[in-house]
Amino acid sequence: MAMLSFEKKYRVRGGTLVGGDLFDFWVGPFYVGFFGVTTLFFSVLGTALILYGAAIGPTWNVWQINIAPPDIKYGLALAPLKEGGLWQLITFCAIGAFCSWALREVEICRKLGIGYHVPFAFSVAIFAYVTLVVIRPFLMGAWGHGFPYGILSHLDWVSNTGYQYLHFHYNPAHMLAVSFFFTTTLALSLHGSLILSSTNPPKGEVVKTPEHEDTFFRDSIGYSIGTLGIHRLGLFLALSAGFWSAVCIVISGPFWTQGWPEWWGWWLNLPVWR
Amino acid sequence: MKTVLGIAGAVAALFLTIAMFGTAGWTRPPLAVSQNGYRGTGMDQVESRADAIAVKAENVAPAPADPAEPGGDLAGKTYENVKVLQNLTTNEFNRLMVSMTEWVSPEQGCTYCHNTENMADDSLYQKRVARRMLQMTQHINTEWKQKHVQGAGVTCYTCHRGQPVPANIWFTDPGPNATSGFIPRNNGQNLAKASVGLASLPYDTLTEFLGQKEIDNNLIRVNATTALPEGKGKPIQAAEKTYGLMMHMSQGLGVNCTYCHNTRAISNWSESTPQRVSAWHGIRMVRDLNGNYLEPLLSTFPRNRLGVLGDVPKVNCTTCHNGVNKPLNGAHVIDAYPELARPVVAEAPAGAAAPPALPAPAAPAPAPASPAPAMPSDAPKP
Repeated sequence: MAMLSFEKKYRVRGGTLVGGDLFDFWVGPFYVGFFGVTTLFFSVLGTALILYGAAIGPTWNVWQINIAPPDIKYGLALAPLKEGGLWQLITFCAIGAFCSWALREVEICRKLGIGYHVPFAFSVAIFAYVTLVVIRPFLMGAWGHGFPYGILSHLDWVSNTGYQYLHFHYNPAHMLAVSFFFTTTLALSLHGSLILSSTNPPKGEVVKTPEHEDTFFRDSIGYSIGTLGIHRLGLFLALSAGFWSAVCIVISGPFWTQGWPEWWGWWLNLPVWR
Repeated sequence: MKTVLGIAGAVAALFLTIAMFGTAGWTRPPLAVSQNGYRGTGMDQVESRADAIAVKAENVAPAPADPAEPGGDLAGKTYENVKVLQNLTTNEFNRLMVSMTEWVSPEQGCTYCHNTENMADDSLYQKRVARRMLQMTQHINTEWKQKHVQGAGVTCYTCHRGQPVPANIWFTDPGPNATSGFIPRNNGQNLAKASVGLASLPYDTLTEFLGQKEIDNNLIRVNATTALPEGKGKPIQAAEKTYGLMMHMSQGLGVNCTYCHNTRAISNWSESTPQRVSAWHGIRMVRDLNGNYLEPLLSTFPRNRLGVLGDVPKVNCTTCHNGVNKPLNGAHVIDAYPELARPVVAEAPAGAAAPPALPAPAAPAPAPASPAPAMPSDAPKP
């Protein structure tokens, strides 16, 4: 892969967290680093284990392949390989690969001398995953509370886990998370269309500046958050979506075991109108 | 002004947040979880260990009375006006009367039902109701043994728990007061009623689904039975009513939806747990009891025992279950009182225009062409 003429100046030594110069090189366009190696190791091992799990399972139908966590009775112990042990190993590999990838991003940020916003943002996604398969199962006392790895099976788990609390849409943190997810897409679509609108003027006119972009929103809704601000807002909305998703599931079980509609009893019982 | 509003808003938010975290119901680990589906399906019953211990302690069956001394005359000969228990020996009869007092009116004593000047007198409505309730108990323990109550059976205590009126009875919910000037048009929903676990679902589903004995057996089923639509199907409002009933069942039994259903295909019997079969029969049992034993007592109960709309107090799942999947923690309460598990011998009590107790309706297959769920051999068949 050809390197662009200006790319070379960004390919500087140093900035590594672990391994010093040993893995400080590129393969084609990809920076390797110590964490590139561990990413590769964990993802190849994890994928191989998934394939092994599929091979000993009843189907090769890609929708139905299911690698389920252990029975609840195993608690927080290791389970036999074919009874959930595979799930435990794959979970370990997945977390290893995700964290390695985040740390590789950190090393790249250090090389470039930029902020850690990208690895931080990715860490929130990792946090949401770890909440599902480690933190919540740990709090509930069994790895069996993790979700199964399978395209349809994990959806079945979501359905049943939601119905464990009778009506999950009443979960306040779930409400926040869903609102943030929708608001994220709204903000991104507004931002994307605004940029495209100013960079695609009618034929014969020049491309417009951010002043025009700001003015559009000042005229239409009285306020423009600005060119930098929209990215702060976007990041906040997206991370909030992931964060509250993690919250909404970690409170379901460890800290709330009834139906979620009942949680709203506090509102009905406010002394104002009780 | 801006500052004042800001401070007021912050204070309100603070109080609401405190109320939110202070609300009853938050729990914490350790949990007591039971798995009732294949691993990883998420079919688990979840409760905190502290709650599990508390619920268990609240649902302990009382110790049975010492066995009656054998022999002696039959109660029907010894006493006058014995219509249901006439084939018991006098000792058995008296033992049961003492137990009933403990179960139903421990504070009020015998006089709750009896005129102590003349024990045979039927003037107190409580006595006439109690007689019918004895027949109902026998009916449950015989006709519904295989289908629902199994070896555990029921006694008066299963529902009464030491109170003359069981804590969990229900009346038809008339909804908001129609005389307030506004004509309520809430479609019977959105009132955060306890009957549907504070959800916005229709709150009077019990009347429709459990109040009558003669109803369409497929009324509750809303899921399509074919992959592609072959007709109009049921409206979303019907689904919400069913959801409301299911909320009641969950709460009454202290379980969540996955106790009976694999929610990926709620209507599918082959993916459901064996408990769903018991629940299916339980719904029919409740209809039977309401229709054949409680409705006929309408003229027996005084007005103050009836609901706002003048309807009789009725039973639902919670009446017996009281928040546990097996009432009284599954204790075989009937073992010490076999007389309550004898076939009903008497007809309706005097003063009530009751039809004879019908045998439990024969159970049709829950859904045409749906395979029977895998069940242990001792479970009832659908």
